[in-house]
Amino acid sequence: MRVALFVTCVNDVLYPDTGRAVVTLLERLGVDVDFPTGQSCCGQPQYNTGYRHQTEPLVHRYATVFTDYDYIVTPSGSCAAMVRDNYPKIAQRATAEGRESGLSRAAAAAVPKTYELTEFLVDVLGVTDVGAYFPHTVTYHPSCHGLRTLGLGDRPHRLLQAVRGITLRELPAADECCGFGGTFAIKNPDVSTAMGHDKITHALTTGADILCGADNSCLMHLHGLITRQHTPLHTVHLAEILASTKEHPYTPATKAGNLR
Amino acid sequence: MSRTHLGLPTFPQAARLSTRDEQLRANLRHATSTIRTKRATATSELSDWPQLRAAGAAIKDHTLHHLDHYLEQLETAVTTAGGTVHWAIDADDANRIITDLIHATGESEVVKVKSMATQETGLNEALTQAGITAYETDLAELIVQLDNDRPSHILVPAIHKNRTQIRDIFHTRMGAWGRPAPDDLTDTPADLAEAARLHLREKFLRTKVAISGANFMIAETGTMVVLESEGNGRMCLTLPDTLITLVGIEKTIPTWRDLEVFLQTLPRSSTAERMNPYTTTWTGTTLGDGPQTFHLVLLDNGRTDTLADTTGRQALRCIRCSACLNVCPVYERAGGHAYGTPYPGPIGAILTPQLHGTTTPLNASLPYASTLCGACYDVCPVAINIPEVLVHLRERITQGGPTTTNGTKTTIKPAKRHTTERTTMRTAAWTLNHPAAWTATQRLTTRTRALHPRRLPGKTARAWTATRDLPPVPARTFRDWWQHRDADAKDTPQ
Ligand code: SF4
Repeated sequence: MRVALFVTCVNDVLYPDTGRAVVTLLERLGVDVDFPTGQSCCGQPQYNTGYRHQTEPLVHRYATVFTDYDYIVTPSGSCAAMVRDNYPKIAQRATAEGRESGLSRAAAAAVPKTYELTEFLVDVLGVTDVGAYFPHTVTYHPSCHGLRTLGLGDRPHRLLQAVRGITLRELPAADECCGFGGTFAIKNPDVSTAMGHDKITHALTTGADILCGADNSCLMHLHGLITRQHTPLHTVHLAEILASTKEHPYTPATKAGNLR
Repeated sequence: MSRTHLGLPTFPQAARLSTRDEQLRANLRHATSTIRTKRATATSELSDWPQLRAAGAAIKDHTLHHLDHYLEQLETAVTTAGGTVHWAIDADDANRIITDLIHATGESEVVKVKSMATQETGLNEALTQAGITAYETDLAELIVQLDNDRPSHILVPAIHKNRTQIRDIFHTRMGAWGRPAPDDLTDTPADLAEAARLHLREKFLRTKVAISGANFMIAETGTMVVLESEGNGRMCLTLPDTLITLVGIEKTIPTWRDLEVFLQTLPRSSTAERMNPYTTTWTGTTLGDGPQTFHLVLLDNGRTDTLADTTGRQALRCIRCSACLNVCPVYERAGGHAYGTPYPGPIGAILTPQLHGTTTPLNASLPYASTLCGACYDVCPVAINIPEVLVHLRERITQGGPTTTNGTKTTIKPAKRHTTERTTMRTAAWTLNHPAAWTATQRLTTRTRALHPRRLPGKTARAWTATRDLPPVPARTFRDWWQHRDADAKDTPQ
């Protein structure tokens, strides 16, 4: 089984700990994971802002970089959704415009082997207890693309429930968007902020210290609001919780604000 | 087109104010969360909901594909049944036809059933100018009309008002329009409804002309169908001598049998009722029963242009249930008025820019009024992939492309306002497709990390940092760690 990590451009630069956590976790579960360095971005920011043509070279790049692998695992629901939901559409549209140029084949190759992390763990590896230890109170925010486009369902919950030492709290109005939405956060800052504040308020009512998610872009938005408000809440990617063990507990090496 | 919205604030500008209106936020939060939960319960009762949803989409798609055929069939059937059919190319055309029809009756007052089509054409304003008074008879429309306000929701136009506000409006404004509200009016729903009932009853009994829309038009028999909850519609549709019905051409369905699907999905999606209390159907005119004169005005107003767009045309499946508004987190916070058009919420964000083009700043801002969270697509009873159409319209704005205006195919130019963004996106896409450049950019970012402030100047950056800190930039990228992990295995964390 040849497994590649698609770390995503945001994680590569801003959240390397998440990428390292995925590697640690998968290796602990006996998976030999590789990181082909030709990878960059799935093209989601371009596509969702209305720059479909600019996305096409990135579709080719993604398919080519991961040609030799059976599985592509990514710690981002929205990037997995971008590949699985939009690559075929991009290929179809290009074909209709007479510019097919191998996009259909690229999309067809990429789609079936792209897995969001929790899907890979639960569906491919068949594990829910990954042997993690995380003695904190946690509430989980299911990001929209993972929830609706991929249909991750209860996979993240099942994984979290099996973590030793964890106290899980149900997030009220969990299925409501956090207000990030890519360029929405910048084009509609007031609504974006209002939605983010409501999400944080809901998280605080649970009494959790940690707001966990499976998409760092949403967490980046929420974390930005939290630190500005000086709210006693930390944002942590699900992969980092699952990678944490008694021997090697979670240490936010590159994050601002240490967890006590 | 009478509603071009020039000079109206863009969505973000309007939302800047509305998100700060605590009363509005509280009213909307309460109203939308209640109906949201009820809808979820009402739809989950039907085990074949996914099939009904697919069937609804398929019926609409089939009809839209053969719309020319079904519209002709409809016209023939309505005419045979004693009605008269008029074709309105745009809003002004529709308003003129209706005004002339009313003038011909010699009347200067009309009662109205709640109708989105008449709001789309701005009929009430046109009638006022022609010296005709239109009385809204739907409770929420009445509230909005008395208050000289604008509707903010397609099903519950006064959703932005709470009971106390409504009582105050009845108190101060009802007298100017007819029978005043009683002095001791309370804000209980029963009292408010009774005051409205008494106020409206005299209008129903006196007025000789009614104006309505229709939820469906059945092509095979020429039958109009109106679904409602209050019974005011039944009054308007049966008591007057003349009935004028304005309907968008996309409301056609081929047969009565097709209605079976929508009579299950529409009430559950909109009011969360298993069945709406009143369903009125009529076919032309019937001697001695109901209005003796019936006019059907078929409205295009950008619909044929929308039909020409293979991705965007799914918006014409819409049955105006408003489920997408009720689940939309953006709508809940910004409120319906921020959309600046009669169609707010997710459906408005894809319908208005298609019907009226993306040339005004407001209309060009609507496709961006969404996080693409997909909650609207999930609940839509005719499976309109609203996020897909939003992205498609963003592309039309940023990159230009083929479109149809007034029946003529044109290629629109990329919008000027997006020049900087376009350059940024092009540069980013180039960098991301050239590994050396991408690595260099990453290195530059991490090496200069100490210089990155948490707040930034400049309009775009401020939009982020006015309320949010920027994430700190770590010392090393992931790929840097990966490439050196064997060498520095000792200090690998975790
Ligand atoms: S788009 Fe769908 S959910 Fe929204 S009003 Fe129309 S039919 Fe209802």
